[in-house]
Amino acid sequence: MAQIAFEQVSKSWGETEVLRPMDLSIANGECVAILGPSGCGKSTTLFLLAGLYAPTSGKVLFDGHVVNGVDARDRNVGIVFQSYALYPHMTVRANIGFPLRFQKVDKDDLSRRVVEAANLVQIDEFLDRKPAELSGGQQQRVALARALVKQPNILLLDEPLSNLDATLRMSMRAEIRAIQRRLGMTTLIVTHDQIEAMTMADRIICMSRGAVAQIGTPDELYRRPADTFVAGFIGSPPITLLEGDAKGETLHIGTGAMTLTASTAGRITLGLRPEDLRLGAPGQGGLPARVVTVEPLGREVLYGVETAIGRLHVLAMAGDAVPPAGEPAAVQIDAAHSLLFDAGGRRIPNLNIRP
Amino acid sequence: MSQAFVPVRCRRARPALFLAPAASLLLLFFLAPIVIDVGIAFTNMGESLKVTAWTLKNFDRILGADRMIPLILLTTFLYVTATLFFFNVGLGVVLAITTTAVSDRLGALFRGIWILPRMSPAVIYALLWIWVVDSSPQGLLNQVVTGIFGLAPLNLRNDHPLLVIILANGFVGASFAMVVLTSTIRSIPEHLFHAARVDGASEWSVLRFVVLPSLKGPVWFITIYQALSLLVTFEYILLITNGGPVYDSTTYALYVYRRAFEGGHYAYGAALAIALMLFGVCFTLLQWRLFGDGMNRTRPRIEVL
Repeated sequence: MAQIAFEQVSKSWGETEVLRPMDLSIANGECVAILGPSGCGKSTTLFLLAGLYAPTSGKVLFDGHVVNGVDARDRNVGIVFQSYALYPHMTVRANIGFPLRFQKVDKDDLSRRVVEAANLVQIDEFLDRKPAELSGGQQQRVALARALVKQPNILLLDEPLSNLDATLRMSMRAEIRAIQRRLGMTTLIVTHDQIEAMTMADRIICMSRGAVAQIGTPDELYRRPADTFVAGFIGSPPITLLEGDAKGETLHIGTGAMTLTASTAGRITLGLRPEDLRLGAPGQGGLPARVVTVEPLGREVLYGVETAIGRLHVLAMAGDAVPPAGEPAAVQIDAAHSLLFDAGGRRIPNLNIRP
Repeated sequence: MSQAFVPVRCRRARPALFLAPAASLLLLFFLAPIVIDVGIAFTNMGESLKVTAWTLKNFDRILGADRMIPLILLTTFLYVTATLFFFNVGLGVVLAITTTAVSDRLGALFRGIWILPRMSPAVIYALLWIWVVDSSPQGLLNQVVTGIFGLAPLNLRNDHPLLVIILANGFVGASFAMVVLTSTIRSIPEHLFHAARVDGASEWSVLRFVVLPSLKGPVWFITIYQALSLLVTFEYILLITNGGPVYDSTTYALYVYRRAFEGGHYAYGAALAIALMLFGVCFTLLQWRLFGDGMNRTRPRIEVL
């Protein structure tokens, strides 16, 4: 169990800065997801924590102690790699027991702990197989058992579910979270999948181009994104972002206009989530619109509608009465959930559009 | 209707067509010489190249009458095992591990240096060795021995000819394993090294548990392949010691050559060559038996209809 902190930690490879100076604080027992598109520096952050990379500048602290000079093997962290990185020539038993070889653990204790770890992730029946004889999901469990067997202070998961099929991913998500809660380990999950991050983590660190875009709870990131990047990255189907010009309390977008709750000026971006819009028949009030595309998603249907302020996406329940494609319709906006961003892309707090 | 039968004809014709170039080369340069060799082995062909009788005398000679055979076999065994163990595999493994452990540029430089003898013509390489071990005080080794250590000059080519040919072949031979094993080590996924370090392994343990196990397959292949090539090639031995003094550094393949081309006993040489060939075939079959022929066979990437 450990509390983790980054103080202005950065990482460069030669001239290329892959991680800009970063501050971070993770509480003991917390489960945090690092979320971002590929190449944003999230894996680098994980490897800096593990001690596999040395920071170019700044301090990495475990429980308040600087661990910059501490080798990976002395940090007592467990990692599950994206590729699982199981030792191909060793049996599952030897793979799981490998970290204990280097600790002063006697033989009986070692085999007992291997079986315990295998039981925890339900792969005890495969102990004498080689990794190549296991399915992807089973290999993933072995990798998890190997990371857990030495009772690490910190558990790091690098894209742990990305190589699994959709059904398995859902069950593993819950299972990993349950194990993490039970053992109370400080856990970091690196992922590019927002659902994974939102369902598994207490807090999410959203990263973009080597820098932290926002740190917050899943709900904070969804409802109060710091900028247009976070707003666009979180939420599925994605938010619609419309650029316009504000003059006083009027926001001109395309050929239409919206009224703001306070006066402002300059380039303003309006963000509307598909689930905060409602599609109805014309004459019921709201923005006049025309249905252009219809995408059934099973329980819900995603509509693309053309309005004066631009193309909007509307999420409706499958059974809802909605005008068919090509017909005129009207869009009602849940104004309280509208998001407004300034010219630099930062969200403007306490500003909404009027209903 | 009639068109439906066309593909069937194609199916039979094309594999033969695809194999024709390779098959004809095989026939011309591998099978034909074997047939001719076997034929000559049963004659009394001598220096005059005249054949006057069919005979089994050559095989009698191999199996008993030739007193040289036990010595030649012992020399060959010592030469092949020592070169293989210490250089072609041993030094190759060490070079692959050390040159991949240092920086890329330094590693490439060292590997380049070790490949040089393989790249240079055999005659030049042999001449350099002759100069190194020359018995006069001007020999490179003797300059060190007498000049620095003040000892009496050595005559390695005369006193320890087997050592000289093992060293000369070993320094060339190590580069093969070095190149193959370097690429093997390079192809180990980086995550495995990371995982091992996080799991608490020291550099030594990473070597033992991650690197060495991955070398097992390639090392077996190198051992068998190089053993066969050491058995049949003799150009460095011929150039450096000429198998001498007397027969002290004559390996089996060189013995075949010396009997046939120096002594002019072509028929006897042909018979000796058959034995070498049989040994090679047995060795290869054993390799198949041990490792399966799967290592030489994969599913085709394209399908020939």
